[in-house]
This record gives sequence, structure tokens and C-alpha cells, in this order.
Amino acid sequence: MVDLTVSLSGWEIANPVIPASGTFGYGKEFSEYYDINCLGTFSFKGTTLEPRLGNPQPRIAETPCGMLNSVGLENPGARHVVEHELKEMGRWFRGRVIANISGFSVDDYVRAAELFDREDKVGLLEINISCPNVHGGGLAFGGNPKTAAEVTREVKAVAKKPVYMKLSPNTGDIPGIARACRDAGADGLSLINTIPGMRFDLRTRKPILANETGGLSGPAVFPVALRMVYEAARATELPIIGMGGVSSARDVVEMMLAGATAVEIGAANLVDPFACRKILSDLPIVLQELGVTRIRDLTRGGIS
Amino acid sequence: MILTILENGPIAKDVWRMRLTRPAGEKGLPGRFLHIRVPGKYLRRPISIAWTGEDSWDIVYKTVGEGTRRMTALPKGARVDALGPLGNGFDPAKAGGAPLLLGGGVGVPPLLDLCRALLEKGVRPQAAFGFNTAADAILLADFRALGIEPLIATMDGSLGIRGFVTDAAKALSFDSFFACGPEPMLRSALRSFPQTGYLSLETRMACGIGACLGCTIETNEGPKRVCKDGPVFAREELRWSI
Ligand SMILES: Cc1cc2nc3c(=O)[nH]c(=O)nc-3n(C[C@H](O)[C@H](O)[C@H](O)COP(=O)(O)OP(=O)(O)OC[C@H]3O[C@@H](n4cnc5c(N)ncnc54)[C@H](O)[C@@H]3O)c2cc1C
Ligand SMILES: Cc1cc2nc3c(=O)[nH]c(=O)nc-3n(C[C@H](O)[C@H](O)[C@H](O)COP(=O)(O)O)c2cc1C
Ligand code: FES
Repeated sequence: MVDLTVSLSGWEIANPVIPASGTFGYGKEFSEYYDINCLGTFSFKGTTLEPRLGNPQPRIAETPCGMLNSVGLENPGARHVVEHELKEMGRWFRGRVIANISGFSVDDYVRAAELFDREDKVGLLEINISCPNVHGGGLAFGGNPKTAAEVTREVKAVAKKPVYMKLSPNTGDIPGIARACRDAGADGLSLINTIPGMRFDLRTRKPILANETGGLSGPAVFPVALRMVYEAARATELPIIGMGGVSSARDVVEMMLAGATAVEIGAANLVDPFACRKILSDLPIVLQELGVTRIRDLTRGGIS
Repeated sequence: MILTILENGPIAKDVWRMRLTRPAGEKGLPGRFLHIRVPGKYLRRPISIAWTGEDSWDIVYKTVGEGTRRMTALPKGARVDALGPLGNGFDPAKAGGAPLLLGGGVGVPPLLDLCRALLEKGVRPQAAFGFNTAADAILLADFRALGIEPLIATMDGSLGIRGFVTDAAKALSFDSFFACGPEPMLRSALRSFPQTGYLSLETRMACGIGACLGCTIETNEGPKRVCKDGPVFAREELRWSI
């Protein structure tokens, strides 16, 4: 038997295969396809303090080996999620979940974090700092160490649950931002978010997405994600939830070797609703082949 | 769900019809779609069910890009990974006394399955379809086989009345309409006809199962997902400034 358990800052989960925020809703749709209780946990749709309608259509474009999305953080707002989605979730998922929080000011993050920190159903807070800071000229919080640290410090000041900072790949300095988050008290890191990109419609000669640009995800970003997880793991000792293009059990192993403690799966769920269950059932076979008996031993195994 | 291709061939200019095995089970509402994995393409392709047979589904698709072109290369006997039927379809119970099926181009196919479902309920619809030219006309023989003679409009007058189908259909009298076609046709239908109306919408999709919010539109009842809450919406729901 292979031991698949991993621990995220003291929170033991049954396995490291975690559906990524924005690709799994609140779990309900997937529970119509399989019993999602086989998952250790999942990260729910990025939630902001106030409800958001998101961007106009079209929001999706295909790319070679991946996709662009410009959903624009459509969500019903943190209070609604606490009162409805989290309350109902017990009907299809017994475990605790990752609260993915987005914001457009430091205060937004703090107030949404306070709401979710009180909830038993929440295991940890994943703070998405790819969002633009409306008080900082629209530059992303995660784009520089100073603003990344500021969000981390303020959220940590109100949160009892572990706080994982979800880094944007849209920076030339992953190690600097990782260290800034650590120094500001982060319990862990989560990366990567999507990479900005675009596509054009040849007939209309206009961008396909109404928002013009969108975030790239899927297998196309996998090597970039591995490199960034690796850089973050070398820069800090913090546990990392690694993601970006992971689509198979072998990809999970590779992501863990690059430094991840657990792995999130995003776009793969959108192509195949059974993706996570399939990865989970392949994982023991792949580990056996590799002579691995405890999956947690793989973490950082590729770092010399 | 893995389906086997029973037939796959052209039926008009750039339009193909594929017959797939259908797993046992209720026929369910017409107007829903299959979300099909195409070899070599990352995202699935949503295609409406055009006909629900005893143990088969037909889909009718236009080759507009690489994905649909690759679908034409799939031979009889090939296996296809599909999800579905997905979404909320046309409800024949809401037809009222005399419904009209209003179709444009490759919006016509789901109306064929709806026509079948209406006839099974003892409701006899009228039909009005618009195409660019006679070479684009599809499924007319299938409607005739059900005893329905569609009113046809083509933009160049090469078949039926010249002009927009929504203008041609003004000559008909009906209590409700079920529409599927390009967005300008749907908007024109809302402008032209005050009757009860149900319209099938299209957006680019990723998951097709309601999880990613890639297909959400704003409606009068808040944000709705075209893949899960739609693709068919009642006219009152749509927040279109027509
Ligand atoms: C609910 C629904 C039902 C549909 N039913 C039919 C049908 O019965 N027959 C038919 O011919 N077509 C139908 N379509 C449109 C069909 O899905 C697209 O024409 C097809 O996806 C194009 O794929 P492609 O690879 O050839 O084109 P490309 O342009 O190369 O596709 C690139 C990407 O854009 C998406 N895309 C492009 N055009 C459309 C479009 N019009 N709508 C949605 N996504 C699009 C593709 O799915 C793909 O992700 C339907 C669409 C929806 C949403
Ligand atoms: C449709 C879609 C919506 C997403 N929404 C969110 C979100 O709300 N919050 C967030 O932190 N990340 C969001 N992401 C990013 C994913 O969680 C993940 O970081 C990224 O897609 C990389 O992983 P992947 O290549 O496996 O998809 C979204 C991704 C997709 C494809
Ligand atoms: S396509 Fe994902 S929610 Fe509709």
C-alpha cells in the first residue's frame, strides 16, 4: 500500500490531488459525476467581499494545449458563500475546503478572510494576489514584494487558519515575492495562477475575448509552473501547493519533485470532469512503479 | 461516456451529420447538447442533439474551424468521448396551442428533435427556417418525413422567399415560438413577435457542466450559465436591448 497522505501546515489531507479554484465551482457539479469525497479537499471559486458579475462574453478561447479564460472573478460575494454555498456543501463533500479569496484592496482581503476564517468547513485560506490593486494604480498585489507582503501581514493579523499566498506568475521575481510573503508571516505558498495571453479572430480581426486578454492555463503552462514552483521552493522552506497544467499522475509526481507538498488541478477538470478521480486512481500505480511508498517523500525530491 | 460512430457524412455545403450510439435511458428534453472531445483539440466542442433515436443520437455540424473539420475525419466505428446530454432543453409542455419552430442555418438541427417530441405529445408545429442560399438548406426531408412542410427563406432567394426568415414568418399565425440560430436572428425574433418564446443561445464553453462560469450571461434573473441553466432561455429571462 502506498501512503498518499500529506500535511499542509498541520492539516492532514488524504491525498495531494486538489481541484484548483475556479475550475471546480463549489464542488456540486462534479458530485453529479462522481463521489468527490475521494478528494483530500478542493479550492472553491475565487470569492471577493462583494458579489461580482465578471466580464462580458466571450470569456473562453482555446489555445494550443490549453485555454484562456477571462471569467473576471464572477462570484456571489463572501457573505453569500458563507451563508449558502458553504452551508449546503456538506451534502456533497464531507471534508474541509480551501477558501480562495480575491480582493481589490487590502481591506477587501482582510474582511473576506475574517468571514471565512470563522467557518469550520474551511481548512485553509488561499489568498489570490493576482488581482489588481485599485489603490495602487491597478498593479497586481502579487506583482511586487512590498504589496504581496502587505496583504500577507494584514490577512495573517486576523486569521487563525493557515494562510497560503497564491502567487501570480506575472513577475520576474518569484523568489523575492516568496521570501516577502514568508517574512510577512505566510504559512505557505500556492502557485501558479494563470499567465496573461490573448488570441485573435481572423475574420473580425479583433481579440476573441471581450476582455481582450485572459489567463492561460492547461498543459501549455506546465514547464513554466514547474520552474516557478522550483524557484519558490529554493527561496523558502514554506510548504507549496503547486499547480499549472497538471493533467496526470506523473505530472503530480513531477510537481512534487519541483517542491510541491500538494498539487492543484485546474483546466484538466474542465476538459474531463473525471480528471481528478482518474489522476487519483493512477497515482498509486505510478508510485509503485517508481518504488515510492510515501508520497510526501517526493516533496522537494528534485531539488539538489 | 464513450460513444461509437454509426455514420458520419456530408449533407450540405460544409455541413455534416454524425450518428452516434445512445446509451439506454429516457429520451429526455430536446435542445440539449453533447460536449464532444475532438482528437488533437484541448477543449470539447458543444453540438446540439438533432435527433434522439431508440438507440442513437444524430448531430448535425458545420465545419467552421479546425475542431469541426477534424470531426469529419472520424470514421464509422470510431469511438468518441462525449458528455451529455447537457443543459436545459426545449420543454414541449410549454408549447401552447400552435407553436412555431424558428431556425436559422445550423440552428435548425435541435428543432428537428423538438418537432419529434412535440408530435409525440400530439402537438403539430409549424416551421420557418432561414438559410443563406439553397446550398445551405438542411434537414428539410427529415421535417417532411414527420409531415411538416417548413416555410423557407434564403438571403439570395435561391430557395423559398427572399430575405430574413423572421420577416417571412410574419405571414404565419402561432401562439409560441421555439428559436435557434444566429444571435441577430434571435434578436429579430424578439422584436418581431410578441408571443411566448424560448430561445437557444450559444457561447464559447469550457467545462459545459456549470463549473467554470466561462459561459455566464446576465439575465433578468441574475447571472446564468448557458451550459447548465441554458442553452434554452425564456424570452423574459433575456436582458437584450433589442
Ligand atoms: C449549446 C451549443 C450547441 C451548439 N450546437 C451546434 C450544432 O448543432 N451544430 C453546429 O454546427 N454548431 C453548433 N454549435 C456551435 C459549435 O459548438 C461551434 O461551431 C464549434 O465549437 C466550432 O469549433 P471549431 O473547432 O470548428 O471552431 P474554432 O473556431 O476553431 O474553435 C475554437 C474554439 O471556439 C469555440 N467556438 C467557436 N465557435 C463557436 C460557437 N459558435 N459557439 C460555441 N463555441 C464556439 C470552439 O468550441 C473552440 O473552443 C453549438 C454551440 C453551443 C454553445
Ligand atoms: C476558468 C478558470 C477560472 C479560474 N478562477 C480562479 C479564481 O477564481 N481564483 C484563483 O485563484 N485562480 C483561478 N484560476 C486559476 C487556477 O486556479 C490555476 O491557478 C490555473 O488555472 C493553473 O492551473 P491549471 O493549468 O491546472 O489550470 C482559474 C482558472 C480557470 C481555468
Ligand atoms: S462552460 Fe463552464 S460553466 Fe458553462
